[in-house]
This record gives sequence, C-alpha cells and structure tokens, in this order.
Amino acid sequence: MLEALGIADVDALFDDIPVPLRASRLDLPEPQPELELAARLEGLAARNRTDLASFLGAGVYRHWTPPAVDQLLLRGEWYTAYTPYQPEISQGTLQSIYEYESLIGELMDLDVVSASHYDGAAATAEAALMTCRATRRTRVLVSRAVHPHYRQTVAAYFGGGLEVDEIPLVADGESAGTTDLAALERLLADPDRPVAGVLAGHPNFFGLLEPMPEIGRLAHAAGALFVAVVEPVSLAVLAPPGSYGADIAAGEGQPLGIAPQYGGPYLGLLASTDALVRQIPGRLVGMTTDVDGRRAFVMTLRAREQDIRRDKAASNICTNQALLALAASIYIATLGPHGLRDVAALGAARAAELELALAAVGAPRLHPGPYLNEFAVRVPRARDVHRRLLDRGVLAGLALADIEPDDETLADALLVCATEVTTSDEIARFAAALGDVLAGRPSIGPEFGAGAESSERPRAGAGSPR
Amino acid sequence: MSVVGERLQPTLFERSRPGRGGDKIPHPPKDALDRLPAAARRKTPPALPEINEPEVVRHYVNLSQLNYAIDTGFYPLGSCTMKFNPKLNEWAARLPGFATLHPLAPDEVAQGTLQLLWELEGILAEISGMQAVTLQPAAGAQGELCGILMIRAYHRSRGDTERDEVLVPDSSHGTNPATATMAGFRTITIPSAADGGVDVEAFRAALGPRTAAVMITNPSTLGLFERRIGDLLDAVHEAGALAYMDGANLNAILGRFKPGEAGFDVMHFNVHKTFSTPHGGGGPGAGPVGVGDKLLPFLPSPRVLKADDGSFRLERPHERPTSIGRLRSFVGNTGVLVRAYAYLRAHGGSGLRQVSDDAVLAANYLKHRVGAAYQIPYDRPCKHEFVASAAAIKHRTGVRTLDIAKRLIDHGFHPPTIYFPLIVEEGMLIEPTETESVETLDAFADALIAIAAEAETDPETIRSAPHTSPVRRLDEALAARHPNLRWRGMVGADTPCPD
Repeated sequence: MLEALGIADVDALFDDIPVPLRASRLDLPEPQPELELAARLEGLAARNRTDLASFLGAGVYRHWTPPAVDQLLLRGEWYTAYTPYQPEISQGTLQSIYEYESLIGELMDLDVVSASHYDGAAATAEAALMTCRATRRTRVLVSRAVHPHYRQTVAAYFGGGLEVDEIPLVADGESAGTTDLAALERLLADPDRPVAGVLAGHPNFFGLLEPMPEIGRLAHAAGALFVAVVEPVSLAVLAPPGSYGADIAAGEGQPLGIAPQYGGPYLGLLASTDALVRQIPGRLVGMTTDVDGRRAFVMTLRAREQDIRRDKAASNICTNQALLALAASIYIATLGPHGLRDVAALGAARAAELELALAAVGAPRLHPGPYLNEFAVRVPRARDVHRRLLDRGVLAGLALADIEPDDETLADALLVCATEVTTSDEIARFAAALGDVLAGRPSIGPEFGAGAESSERPRAGAGSPR
Repeated sequence: MSVVGERLQPTLFERSRPGRGGDKIPHPPKDALDRLPAAARRKTPPALPEINEPEVVRHYVNLSQLNYAIDTGFYPLGSCTMKFNPKLNEWAARLPGFATLHPLAPDEVAQGTLQLLWELEGILAEISGMQAVTLQPAAGAQGELCGILMIRAYHRSRGDTERDEVLVPDSSHGTNPATATMAGFRTITIPSAADGGVDVEAFRAALGPRTAAVMITNPSTLGLFERRIGDLLDAVHEAGALAYMDGANLNAILGRFKPGEAGFDVMHFNVHKTFSTPHGGGGPGAGPVGVGDKLLPFLPSPRVLKADDGSFRLERPHERPTSIGRLRSFVGNTGVLVRAYAYLRAHGGSGLRQVSDDAVLAANYLKHRVGAAYQIPYDRPCKHEFVASAAAIKHRTGVRTLDIAKRLIDHGFHPPTIYFPLIVEEGMLIEPTETESVETLDAFADALIAIAAEAETDPETIRSAPHTSPVRRLDEALAARHPNLRWRGMVGADTPCPD
C-alpha cells in the first residue's frame, strides 16, 4: 500500500498535524496476548463477590433468563450490524424492532413505542421533555417516590432552563410512602407556573402501588400530560398505563432478560399515545412495501431525528440500545404471556413469604399499602445491619439511607425484593441472620450454601449480559 | 401486499397459536396475587404471542440472516468506524463475576469491576491527554450532553450567565446542534472554508461574550485533520469560551494527537467506534467524557475513586456538590466498558498507535484506488476516512450516489455513508478501518470502479438496484404517510391463563 501511494513511511500521512500539537508518547502498558488477557479478566471478575443471597432490587432485578436469549444474541448478524439505515439488507433488525414496538405497546397498552433509549432514567427524562414540547410549558412535577436516580437524571436533563418540582409523599396512614394527592393538587393550582407533565412510578421506588388513575385525572384536569414510570414484568399482572389514562410510559427494560452487569447496558422503554407520535424521540420502525410489493420494514417519521433536523430535533439521541430491545423481545417471545405472568406472580408470592419471615424476626414493613414484589422494612441502624449481614453471606437489599441520605424518615429502613429466582432457603437464611444481628447474637460461620435445596436451583441472575 | 417473500419471515404474532410455549417458570400459588386490589390488576392478559421455543429460535435465526453485519462482510460506513468486534470481548463481558453484579452492590462486593473501571478511566485519560474521565454517558450523544452541561455549569459558576450560544461548523454531526438545543443553547452554524477545513476567520467573527462553547470534530467529517486547530483553540479561549471535541473520529489519531494536550477542554469517546465494542444494530454504545482542569469539578456523579489502601469505591450521593448530577441510573454501560477495556489492554500503547497508522494507511490506499473513477474533492492525505463524489457521473449519466450505494449491495458490500457531510455534492464518506485486508479493499475499489463503468453502459440496472437483497427499494413515503408502528389483532389474543 505504501508503494501504491509513493511514500516510504506512514508518518508522511500525518504531516498535517502541526508539530507543536503532536502527541507525547502513549504511556500505556504493552499489548497483552489473548491468553494472558483472558486470565487478567477472569481475575478481575473473580474479585466481585457472586456468592451472596441477594434481596437487592431498587430498579434492577434478578430473573431467570432462558438460555435461548443469549445464544440468539450472540449471532454476529445481530450484534455486529449497524443501525438499519440500508433497509434492503437490514430487514432482520428492522422487523425485530417492529415486533419489539408491538410487544411493548401491548404490555403498556399504548400506541407508539420508540426503538429504545439508554435506560429507565434517560427514558423518564425524555418523557418529561416530551411533555414540555407537547404543551409548550416549562415545568414538570415528579413524585418523590420515583427512583432517586431517575429524579436526578430528570433534574440534569432539565439543567438547560426547564423547571422540576417534587411532589411530596404521604407521611403516615394507609397511603404512607405514596404520592400525596392533596399536595399534587396544590402544586398544579399555581396559575403562574402551569405544569407540562406529572410523573409517578408504579410500583414506586418503595415497591408500593400508586393511585395512578387519580394522579392522571388531576394532571389532565390541569392541562398537563401524565407520565407513568413502570416496571415491565409487573405489567403482566398490573393494569397497563394506557388503561389508566397515561399519555406516556417510561421504564427500565432490564428485567426482560437482561443481566444486571453493574449498571448497563440496559433498555430504556418509552411509549406514548398516537397523539404524541411527532414528539416521541428516538427511532421508529414502520411497516411498508418494497417496489415489488413485498411486505417490509423501514425507519420512519425521521423528521424528528438529529441527523435530519439538527438543532430542531426532538432529541439528540443517535446510538440507542437496539440489541437490548432484541433481548427483551426474545425473552417475551420465549416466556409467552402466561410465562411472564408466572414470573410476576411467583415474585409476588416469594415477596409475601419474605415479608412474613422478616416480620417474624422483628423487621416489619415500613409502609402498610399494597406492593407487588418489593417493599421497605423498618430496621434500626439499617446501614450497620446491612454491612453485618454481608459478612453472613446475605445482601440485605438496599439501606435506603445510602441512596437518600437526606431523608430522615428512611434512616432506619431496608428496601428488599424477591423474584421467581429467590428461594425459600435464601429467605430463611436472611431471616435467621437478621434475627441474630438484631438480637446481638454472634455469627456462627457462613450460613449460606448450607441447604441441600439451594444446589438444585438454577443459578440466579445468570442472563444475557447484552 | 404479499405477506411474505421467499426469505422473509412472518411476524411473531402470525406464528402465535393459543396454548403454545411456556413451562419455563414454575406455576405460582393460585392466590399469589389475591392480596393486590382488584382495581390495580390487569383485566385481561396481554395479547403476547404464544410460540414454542424451537419456533422462536428459528424465527430469530432466520431473521438474523436478512441482516448485513461486520461478521458477514465489509462495512465502509464513514464516521461509524465499523471495525471487527473481537470475540474475546464478548466472552469477557459474560463472565459471571461481571454479568451478575448488581449496580447497587456495596463497594466491597464490586472491587473487580470498580478496578476495571478505574483503570479504564486512566487509559482513556492518557489517550486523550485529559485530566479525568467519566464513564457514565451511555452513548456519544449523551456524552455531548454531559460535556455541554458541564460547560454551562462552568460559566455559571463564574457568574458568567450571558453565554447562550454554541458554535458548530456546517460539517458537524447532527448530534452537536441537537445537543446544544437540549442543553438550552442556541446553535450558530459556521460554514467550512474552501479547503474543507474550519474557517478560523469566520469563527473569530462569530465568537464573542455570548459564546459558551465551540464543538469541533477533528479529524473533520471529511476525514481531514484541522491544520489550523491551534489558532482556532486560541481564539475560542481568548473569547472566554470552551472547546468541545467530538471524538467520533478518534480512530485516526491514537498516539498522534492528544486533544487535551492541544488545548481542548472536553471530549467524548465512542467506544463502539474506536474501541471495537459492537454496534448491536443501533446500540448499545458508551460515550465516556474526558475533561481538563476547568471542568473537573463538574463531572457527573458518581465517580470511581481509589482509596489510600488500594481499594476502590463509588462517590457517595452529594459528596461533590459542584457535580452536574447524573445523566442516567447507576454507573454506566459497564458491560460495554468491559469490552472496551479488553480491547485497550489487548492493544496497549504501541498497538493503539498501530491501529491509527493502519486505519489511515487503508483509507489513503482506498482513496488512491477509488480516485481512478470518482472525484476526490479534497485531494490531500486523509486520515481514517475520505469523501468521494459521484457528481460528474450523475451529470453525465443521471446515476446518483444513492443508486451507486444500492448497487454496491449487489456486489456484496455494505454501502458507505452517503450525502454526509452535506457540503459535498453527491458525496460518499468511506471509512475502511484497520481490520480489513488489502484484498478486501481492492475488491471494494474494483466494485466501485465497475459500477462507474456500468453507469455509462447500463444506468437503469444501477438505478433499480439492489437486485439480490431480501427486499428491494422500499416505499418510505407510504411508511411515513400511513404509519403502521405496531401489530394489532394477534391470533390467540385474550386467551385466559391456564390456571
């Protein structure tokens, strides 16, 4: 190649970099052969603990993922393809996205589903921005029981001049821990600061069911749009956002066959009514025909996108999470409607078992309202207890003070969850260890892995990392 | 409309038959949901498809075979850096220690991943010449938003609240102006100079007390290194603005140019371009952002910190009040970052410089060969990509760049990026990357040259291409006029649950 170009050295191709701006030497380790690198990576992976009985959810959930999901994802035709800008040779990706839009639309009971966002938090922020564009108002209200990371993300995305106010929660009584409807009504009533959108989570961050129809009615009465922040597996058994008047639904698709992998890549779900189709950001795939009349799929309504509209686009999103949308579709197709319902219902059953076991050792629920598979329990000195349970092989959910350090009502609480992979053996171990810690009894060696039952269970949380 | 062509597949919904599938999950107790209020429950089960696993598998394998992919052939998409995705990286990301780790697991449970992330930040800082790196952004566009929000916070922290403009050249990626809008700025577009580079004088004229930032892609989207970048950076800083570098084209300059050393204040990396993580049919990616001293306090939270005892931890909530906050949940697209780390350690410092040397050599070789039949509007040594133009062919034969791109499909190649950047008539942006053999480059050049000849003798065959793909050109107007974005009326919908 050098000869064809008539140059002696590749350095000649870099002459255009001004001499004073040329890089100093790259001070990095030497290249590593694959065998050595593999050992290095295995060593790092082994430094993470995977031996814990985990009750940690808080937005990311362990589920059984059928191996078909990851084996299909590993086909190079899927994961080494680019965005389907050339539809003639991308019908696999395009049809799979159309099917994804259909599956999620059915779960949400909404018309339009974008082809994926980065994660639940970014999808929620995009939903909040949509309400501002659609209503030409500049203020949104977010329930304090929406995941703290999502609220922080909305705040950062609104850093360019839009306003976010938080809706307080009911402090005590039957509705404790859910969105305060009277406070919402007051926030909506300010005539000088009209509200574009109201955002509430369902189940909310504490696992509680919210009065979604009432929140929606209040939002609509004030001319605002209603955004439901949802968990997709729950939609197999809970009323879907479309049924209670949500204009937009956002959520985290990770529970649909995607491994926890320390934070991502996950799947931002975003859906809306037909009325908002020109405001929804991200790629959309529609059905059409080719010149010979064959049914085919293509990216459409692209005038919303940054590569066409530049500074007038609905969002700057380009790269999305397409492969994770594929994982979610395969997961749903493999489980089917009844399998997905079983996942949600078995998680609910395990959680009820967990509630009883923890209450029996002195850790009652923090809130009385209905929940699906996650709830907070009252534990004195929760952070300290959480750490001591770790020594006993139990990851006791999340000490809420670790994520909401400024909220004194959460200082003595653990947020715990159960799913279909949680075993009775794990629940018994958690309860026994918690009972010991609360009673000040010393640890008598590692309790975990002792039951014969546990070795017969599928490995929890093993799933597709993509 | 015929339902299915020869290689096309019915949808999942057409494959569904009541009662199929299932048996993956034990049946829950019948009363599992009785404690939920009736009003909160779904009235009817979702109308999702019911399919046996063998048919699900065939559906997705057959669908996959309708896709072109790096693993099936050459993908010279300019500005997208479609290099080979090493298989070791896929293996590494699936190691259970990485894959099953919960993102809110206590630091002491997550030491392996935290160490990897901390090391990766250091590697990226060294490559870019920046002071520090955040791994949080999920993609390049989110990295841009992160960078511009930090710039906003920087100006505000100095009481400088009048800066509401972001300058971009007309050859920039669409994400740059879209990002500026999202962050609350007005975009000012600056025309390119005649030689394709930034017009420093035009920038100088537009810079002022209202300029918050200038966003530059270097090398530019024409594949050209901005020779006057030093002058431009001086002018930006004299005006009190900050300089953002779009790192989409970093594959050209590894070990040759460090943006932080040269004076850029902030840049993003596209690990799914430069560092070989797969594109996944549109995503996921990861868009780490490097910053110099000025923006260090504003980095998103949480950062990965190393303690004196050698252990690693995440920053706690509110630990650094100057932070712009967070742009997503948890830490970042860690699974993607594991792959990028594996790539970077496999190559090391010397290997990364070789990557850029080889990518630039391949692009110049291909430019030399393609120049035999196409115009090369900016004929000087390019970096990792170059623009060719079919304007002369179009004026002579009526065959457009779009037609040539579609005809390449019949030759077994993915088309290059076309009509971008917009400033070149009938342009195609070609990026071969360093992972292609000279035989592949020659075969691609031969195909382009053959199509140029065919345009003179048989233009109709090109205008109606492709002829060999699973479907032919699509009716995009129909798709937009009557959007059909979701399947309705599935067979087997509303089947009651079998309990």
